[in-house]
Amino acid sequence: MTHALATDVAAALVARLTAMADDELILGHRDAEWTGHAPLLEEDIALANIAQDEIGHAVLWLELRSQLDDSDPDALAFFRDAGDFRSSRLVELPRGDWAFTLLRQFLFDAHEAELLAALSGSSYRPLAEAAGKAATEEVFHLRHTGLWLERLAHGTDESAARIGAALERLAPYLPQLTEPLPSDSVLERAGVLPSMEAVGRATRTRIEGALAAVGLDLPQVPANPGGRERHTEDLVTLLIDMQAVARADPEAEAW
Amino acid sequence: MADLGAESPERLAAFEARIAAGEKIEPGDWMPEAYRHQLVRMISQHAHSEVVGMLPEGAWIPRAPSLRRKLILLAKVQDEAGHGQYLYHAAETLGVHRDELIAALLEGRAKYSSVFNYPPLTWADVGMIGWLVDGAAIKNQVMLAQCSYGPYSRAMVRICAEETFHHKQGKEMVLTYARGTAHQRAMAQDALDRWWWPSLMMLGPHDSDSPNTPQLVRWGVKTKTNDQVRQEFVDEHAPELLEVGLEVPDPELRFDPADGHWHHGPIDWDEFWAVVRGDGPLNAERLEARRRAFEEGRWVREAIAAHAARREATA
Repeated sequence: MTHALATDVAAALVARLTAMADDELILGHRDAEWTGHAPLLEEDIALANIAQDEIGHAVLWLELRSQLDDSDPDALAFFRDAGDFRSSRLVELPRGDWAFTLLRQFLFDAHEAELLAALSGSSYRPLAEAAGKAATEEVFHLRHTGLWLERLAHGTDESAARIGAALERLAPYLPQLTEPLPSDSVLERAGVLPSMEAVGRATRTRIEGALAAVGLDLPQVPANPGGRERHTEDLVTLLIDMQAVARADPEAEAW
Repeated sequence: MADLGAESPERLAAFEARIAAGEKIEPGDWMPEAYRHQLVRMISQHAHSEVVGMLPEGAWIPRAPSLRRKLILLAKVQDEAGHGQYLYHAAETLGVHRDELIAALLEGRAKYSSVFNYPPLTWADVGMIGWLVDGAAIKNQVMLAQCSYGPYSRAMVRICAEETFHHKQGKEMVLTYARGTAHQRAMAQDALDRWWWPSLMMLGPHDSDSPNTPQLVRWGVKTKTNDQVRQEFVDEHAPELLEVGLEVPDPELRFDPADGHWHHGPIDWDEFWAVVRGDGPLNAERLEARRRAFEEGRWVREAIAAHAARREATA
């Protein structure tokens, strides 16, 4: 294979791709919970679209992982226990109200836009190409969630209060989303990943700028502690539901 | 709406001559009030059916057992929202507003397809709904694509293209499960046992109990009767279900070589009318879910309106 990687680099890339895929899958799952219940029909359509994009990205990262370790994307999604997921706690939290869902999506999009832009320069070509493909969708997500941020911040007193409350609730979870994995340094040295510290800083700058533009400040609060091996109990209940059908018939060869 | 003048025998004759000549009636054209009224009723019921129809399948998106199925089901339910949107627009060309139509739904004054008042109980139901419920819907929609009212006809052409994909994915699921593990096969049979009759019923009452049909046929709104469409549905689906080894829950189902049709046993019309009246398994829950989404979304819609008004004021 032309993209052969050293063993330690491949293992580190598997860990990175798993974290990215798990974030996208769990966030897409949470967004999809709104389908049929959104505040207006146009938003049922828009959020279902974003959810499909995020789950589609999860598939993209899991397929890249599969090329490295021959893993099965469906087995990883449906037969892994919560403790083996590497999602960030930000995406695991329940969907909350519309302000919470849209603000979380905005925060995630801001991070993903910076991450994908940086990854498109990866020396590992399959990753660079996949990142370039996913990046085009992020432009639309950011436009949509950015508009919602403005509408809710500059809507009614109630919407402003709700977006403020959502920001207070989400802020402690933001550092974990952007925090590098311990093994990322191996990838950075090999040129497979850009500086993840720099991606985190760029994400924060982007978020602070967008919030300031609508008169909001990112609360300076202590980070919710722990790495990606520590999860919310919300992930456990989410997976019980998500994996129930697949796990009830492990012999099934096709769905 | 523009005042298009009072009804007169001459106007009615000219209108019916246009329909007989195969012309489409367009928004703003003269039409009898009864024609407009029937179309608003049918198109809005159809729109409500798409929106309420998101609920039973939407509930299974979180449990889809593969990444591919999760993406397909999300796209399908999203299409239903899109169909609701086109159809509300089509109804608006007749001088009504979406808000009043939705209010009628939430207040229990408007109807939607009764089939969505039945609960999907296993994952295989998602496949069976795609194959049978969407299959029945397509038979009706292909007919309505020929409808004399232009905007409804064009909405149907677009919707049919997407429904064909829904039907295909549902059939593919059921075929996979019918040939799959014992567990999958049992799920598929159980789903068929529960969805066969509601699918037949969703094509509407017998022609003899469908008082609107003759005039709707005469005005080209419907081009076939309920029983004709139901026959087409049974002729297509019964042999395909039997071919994959599933048992259709109708001991009287048989093929008659003399007329080339599959004949089904008697439909339980008491059940049909009970569900139409609101006494089905989930009528109250479906409306409650729509009302809750509407109420919980109120502050969001108010925020959009306030934001738009502020922008307009500063523009």
